[in-house]
Amino acid sequence: MAKEIKVTMEKAIEKNINISSAIAEDENHAARIDAKDIKVWYEDFMAIKGITMKIKPNTVTAFIGPSGCGKSTFLRLFNRMNDYVDGFKMEGKIKLQGNNIYGKKVLVEELRKEIGMVFQKPNPFPKSIFENVAYGLKIQGIKDKKFINARVEKALKQADLWDEVKDNLKKSALALSGGQQQRLCIARTLAVEPSIILMDEPTSALDPISTAKIEDLIFELKEKYTIIIVTHNMQQASRISDYTAFFYLGELIEYDKTKTIFTKPSKKQTENYITGRFG
Amino acid sequence: MRKIKEFVIEKSLLSSALITIAVTFGIISVLAVEAFQFFSEVSIVDFLTDSQWTPLFTDKHYGILPLLSGTLLTSFIAISVALPVGLSISIYLSEYAPKSFRKTIKPLLELLASIPTVVYGFFALIVVTPFLQQIIPDLSGFNSLSAGIVMGIMIIPFISSLSEDALHAVPKAMREASYGMGATKLQTAFKVVVPAASSGIIVSIILAISRAIGETMIVAIAAGQQPRLTFDPTVPVETITAYIVQVSLGDVQHGSIEYRTIFAAGITLFVFTFLLNTLSFYIRKKYRQKYE
Repeated sequence: MAKEIKVTMEKAIEKNINISSAIAEDENHAARIDAKDIKVWYEDFMAIKGITMKIKPNTVTAFIGPSGCGKSTFLRLFNRMNDYVDGFKMEGKIKLQGNNIYGKKVLVEELRKEIGMVFQKPNPFPKSIFENVAYGLKIQGIKDKKFINARVEKALKQADLWDEVKDNLKKSALALSGGQQQRLCIARTLAVEPSIILMDEPTSALDPISTAKIEDLIFELKEKYTIIIVTHNMQQASRISDYTAFFYLGELIEYDKTKTIFTKPSKKQTENYITGRFG
Repeated sequence: MRKIKEFVIEKSLLSSALITIAVTFGIISVLAVEAFQFFSEVSIVDFLTDSQWTPLFTDKHYGILPLLSGTLLTSFIAISVALPVGLSISIYLSEYAPKSFRKTIKPLLELLASIPTVVYGFFALIVVTPFLQQIIPDLSGFNSLSAGIVMGIMIIPFISSLSEDALHAVPKAMREASYGMGATKLQTAFKVVVPAASSGIIVSIILAISRAIGETMIVAIAAGQQPRLTFDPTVPVETITAYIVQVSLGDVQHGSIEYRTIFAAGITLFVFTFLLNTLSFYIRKKYRQKYE
């Protein structure tokens, strides 16, 4: 077994492909993200009170829970977005493919190329549609125009936006509708080809039709990416996710297959929340 | 009773606004009338094309170009100093500095703008010029270089403070999007934040230029009083403002042509600053990014 892994890795190096994906195929490393005893403080306020959880690759995992339960904070630990928050302090270890992402040698910029993020409000740059999607590539110093064009097209197609914008790639991204803007933000994230996509309530600012489009998209993306989505919408969680984690007051109350959570949750609090009795 | 009180307050507020507008129009009309009389004696073509400005001499020439070149030269030097320094400060304060540092340093910088300009003028004449003369031996005692540099220092806060406001107004979501893609702070600052704030930054630069063009004391003290059509920064020049001071303080007779030259010079200055302010107003209105 161990020998096999070694061989796979060597092959991976030879072929110059992503080593991490080769490892991930092995069952021992099945967890894409492995968080252990995570505690987070903002100044004196304890936002996360010791959470341990593993996220499986190529799944959609939904984080649900009432406002202020720590689900967004927890999500933002994975790409270290909390680093910029004043008074942020953390304990515990988060491993991505076996490497501690809060380790001293970790380059945050490299980590974020691997773990993309889509935010609550669509936040395109005040640049053209093309420039928005190409941004991630350009900051990596890629100058090959053919390569960039191909990636931009691919990403826009993946985000199901290509047909709507292919004739107006030079138009300002701000002229798009809210739903289009959010799909543009997804395309922008995909263009860098991350392996994990974090989504922080990506549809909360959108109308039902745009929401449905994004949900379809998430379903398609699951094949290639690991997706973690924070949502306030219970139906959304049950529709699109494979696993659901229920957070309450900084603790992980229950984490199981989505079906289980929504049909026979083992904790009373979870049941109360999903049936709408509080939250 | 209450109604009467409301009425009186409302009308008095209105009248103070009207008085301000009336005074402004009064100033402009005096300027216009006197300038009109000037141009009835001196052809506007001569005024705009003659390369000499010698209204106080016997051989009189009324070409505004020497005064204009003095004004533009000192302003250009000032902007060359203030723009890089001011922009660097604003980017540092907005993107890198800790909150507490930003809160202390910003008012301190704005203090630069509250130093009386006569102090700056003396600083230019007594400190900067002798210092520069050690580097450039040919530098005259009065020159546009040291006046321009000191004026640049004076207008730094115009650029740093207003640009910082514009940078700071760029939504956090924009920075997060950039960081989330794996961009460094520097990349985020220059590729996202600065372009997003560009209209505000341009407005700050225009206002700073406008301030430099209208600045009087520093150039009157340190740049000299010799109208000269040149772009050599080492020789004495005279700016429009400095000329107006010179004549206002002198003993020219009211109503004479010499006296009216200051209105002609004044209206030229007014046209420039008015155009710049209008331009900045237009840019602010048209290109202000709407983030919602």
